[in-house]
Amino acid sequence: MTDRPFPPARYSLLVVGSGPGALQLTYSLRRLGVEHAVISQDSEPGGMFRRWPIFQRMLSWTKPYANHERGSTAYERYDWNSLLGDDDASRAIMPRIMDGTSYFPSRPEMQRGLEAFATGTGLQIRYECRWESTRKDGDDFVLTTSDGEYRAPCVVFAVGIAEPWKPSVLDIEGVQQYGQLRPAEQYADKRVFIVGKQNSGFEIASGLLPWARQIVLASPSSAKLSVDTRTLVGVRARYVQPYEDWALAGGVVILDASIERVEPSGAGYAVHTKSPADGRQLMFDVDDVIAATGFVSPLQDLPQVGVATFGQSRIPTQTPFWESATVRGIYFAGTIMQGSQGMRKHGIPSNSGAVQGYRYNARVLARHLAEERFGHKPEQRRLRSEEVVPLLLSEASRGPELWHQRSYLARVIGVGSDGGITDEGIKPLAHFVDGGGEHDGVAITLEANGKDDPYPAVYVRAGGRLVEHLMGSHPLLDFEGPEYQSELSGVLSGVLGRAPATRSAQ
Amino acid sequence: MDVRDDVVDILAGFALFADLSTPQLESLVETFGEETYVEGDRVLRQGLTGSSFYVILDGSASIRVDGVDRASLRAGDYFGEISCLLGVPPTADIVARGTLRCLVLPAQELESFLVGHPQVMYRLLQGEARKVRTTTRWLS
Repeated sequence: MTDRPFPPARYSLLVVGSGPGALQLTYSLRRLGVEHAVISQDSEPGGMFRRWPIFQRMLSWTKPYANHERGSTAYERYDWNSLLGDDDASRAIMPRIMDGTSYFPSRPEMQRGLEAFATGTGLQIRYECRWESTRKDGDDFVLTTSDGEYRAPCVVFAVGIAEPWKPSVLDIEGVQQYGQLRPAEQYADKRVFIVGKQNSGFEIASGLLPWARQIVLASPSSAKLSVDTRTLVGVRARYVQPYEDWALAGGVVILDASIERVEPSGAGYAVHTKSPADGRQLMFDVDDVIAATGFVSPLQDLPQVGVATFGQSRIPTQTPFWESATVRGIYFAGTIMQGSQGMRKHGIPSNSGAVQGYRYNARVLARHLAEERFGHKPEQRRLRSEEVVPLLLSEASRGPELWHQRSYLARVIGVGSDGGITDEGIKPLAHFVDGGGEHDGVAITLEANGKDDPYPAVYVRAGGRLVEHLMGSHPLLDFEGPEYQSELSGVLSGVLGRAPATRSAQ
Repeated sequence: MDVRDDVVDILAGFALFADLSTPQLESLVETFGEETYVEGDRVLRQGLTGSSFYVILDGSASIRVDGVDRASLRAGDYFGEISCLLGVPPTADIVARGTLRCLVLPAQELESFLVGHPQVMYRLLQGEARKVRTTTRWLS
């Protein structure tokens, strides 16, 4: 135990967690040379993927073969599960690990991929160090842990949203939650009532299809399907089989109803439901009741420190750079980053709740922390004016940050008062739009509206005024053709017009 | 199921949803998302597309046009409906005054929600009529 890193002490930055969000953040911080400590209650890396999904296969895909070379930046669009390394050995790890039977990695494959990233990049984490409580002491936060006290003026919590939650109506003995299920074969010939029609409910129903005698899926509102919403909102295609079983009257029941009460009945339960549409009441005699009613974040006493949360999942309210909106110095990484909601254009949330989204957030956060808290000079490559349009259109066509985090992350170009043009890299779009800023600039992102193909969206700030310009989509999602070049050149003519025609790149 | 009992209780007291039963309110809570903003956050952005329909659960907000505050909104008020119904960008910013908690429904889901809940549509129509009457008074 003596060689465990990061003993209790004061650090300038402390990261809590060892799931993919924490792994990506600590890797990115190290690459930037930011000294920090990492602690985790787990014994090895991987976070929730060491246990879940319960039916042992991921919901996010990795396409081993795509139209871009494996390991290239553009390939990341097709590989939702690998973390982002800077060298060949640490890039596109997942397709090398997967056995080819599915383009959804198995849970053990995902675990091995995360372990390979952590080991291969030499990440330092103090495992089996449990965060127990938090208090403020001057400028520092003090975290009491199973190993002793840690102090830091800045703490990043990457502790997931994986604590099952159930409403009070289901708070009776024997009602199972995600993670408490028996082996699937033990549901053979059972009548199973699943409360909740989101992915976790449909995952359970899919897993029990070969075993249960009858499956009822119920919640007050209708199930949404991702193939209809064209976003990650809704039940993913992998879990739609129970829906088809219901649609073809195969025995599954999918019910829009509120749960009025659940009572023990013999060896099982009586579940009473009521339709929101017509008030019709039904009663189901079942052997098992399973609550697939969501998850909360294990924030422990952070609300007492002042961290505001929202929604049933108790997700912290955050700034565009994932800092608590109410307690400065507390940041979040991993799936909790979905609390920084961004623009939510057309009501579509970011993909910050999933690895393919928050891995990019982590990189942006690392850079933000380096610049804001450790005095690193922003990396801002100077551009010639004629480089801007090709760069932005290339980003819209192939930039993985824009593809995975639509209307959320953007490639930003700054135009200084001297007309100098700088590439400011990837930033939260909400920061560009709402953060104002003294100088002119351009942000490009990819946008989706829930019904059409994605299209580039350009935001131009000139003279303190922000204008949105939406470009048309393309059947092959290629936005680099002459018509796009011409259109974007016209859109940017005002803001780039004052820039010197040539400026040497640095 | 994402039934938040406190939200159901709050909605039951709003005029817009006064005609809905408890199961209907529970369904509504599941259909709408919940968002929280802090002081100065922009909820709607003047001139930008893709906004949604909002109902304030708790807190207050300013209606800001070209940087000038014109009016305020409070719990039970709603906004964004004109932008959603007409498919045009909002003509004002809506800016949080302190902590602001809202329910939100994307524009593309508003029509089916209103058609499915005609009592809410009627209440919303009454609200729009009051706005038109107020505007007419200003102009006369």
